Amino acid sequence: MASAHTTAVAPEGGYQFYVTEDPHHHDDGEHHHETGTMLGFWIYLMSDCLIFGILFAVYAVLGQSYAAGPSPADLFELDKIALSTAFLLISSITYGFAVINMHQDKQKTMVNWLLITGLFGLGFLVMEVLEFQHLWHLGAGPGASAFLSSFWFLVGTHGLHVTCGAIWLVILLVQVKMHGLTHENKRRIMCLSLFWHFLDLIWIGVFSFVYLTGVLL
Amino acid sequence: MSAEHHDAASSYRTYMVGFVLSVILTVIPFAVVMSGATSNLNVALAIIFGLGAIQILVHIYYFLHVTFSAEDGWQAMSLMITVVFLAIILSGSIWVMLHLHENMMPAHEQIERVKNLP
Repeated sequence: MASAHTTAVAPEGGYQFYVTEDPHHHDDGEHHHETGTMLGFWIYLMSDCLIFGILFAVYAVLGQSYAAGPSPADLFELDKIALSTAFLLISSITYGFAVINMHQDKQKTMVNWLLITGLFGLGFLVMEVLEFQHLWHLGAGPGASAFLSSFWFLVGTHGLHVTCGAIWLVILLVQVKMHGLTHENKRRIMCLSLFWHFLDLIWIGVFSFVYLTGVLL
Repeated sequence: MSAEHHDAASSYRTYMVGFVLSVILTVIPFAVVMSGATSNLNVALAIIFGLGAIQILVHIYYFLHVTFSAEDGWQAMSLMITVVFLAIILSGSIWVMLHLHENMMPAHEQIERVKNLP
């Protein structure tokens, strides 16, 4: 008797380790459910925006403390930054074209646009890795000065986000290939769309504030 | 999000308008800095930050499709509260830390004066 009271009793049907679909999902149409997910993802993006805001603030405070080390004008190569900016901007519009084709249920065209988006995203990442390698070999690693610590942290965090977005894109392509353009897959593609455009938006801040301003000062 | 209500042609047009505006707004600051067109630092900074801010608005409107009607206005509302937070974080940190620099770092002549005290 006593042991039955003290031990936890599993609910009927056992525990469920996944979130079930919204119960009124089918009653009042799919739109309500979709709206909740998109708004939740949007709020995640806003919190991510605050992370980047703090990193920008750190860079603003520390960005001129060179500790007798190299300054932005010595390190940054603007022609390469312009190229990676172009890659990211083009990947943004190709993702937009993919979303348009998704709404028309043209799966094949959408997949092609997503592949192009992935290639441009990859090009951006390759440019960034090459730049970081170059800086590392110059001895301008994150430990060289406060300016370089904040620079690596800010630009590295953005690069990490783009990497995650690219991995997400590959996973979504596999999902679309396996299950087709289902309702769930469309919702996921719309979430990644917001994420991808948001990263391009953050990059505007990075190239304006870190690279262009850094070379001028 | 609101894109699904548009027909495809106008969606393409929306994205292309945003893209062309973004390209223009990106090329101008890069050209100004790389060509060294202006020797006036403040003018160059104003161009970079002014066009950067406009480009962020272009992205929000044409790519992220934020409108006041989407999600009953919650999307635009959360965006605005984020902008307020960002303004407080950025301006506050910069303001406080610059004052710290001013007040905590003794200038060279002050150090010399203290050294030469009898």
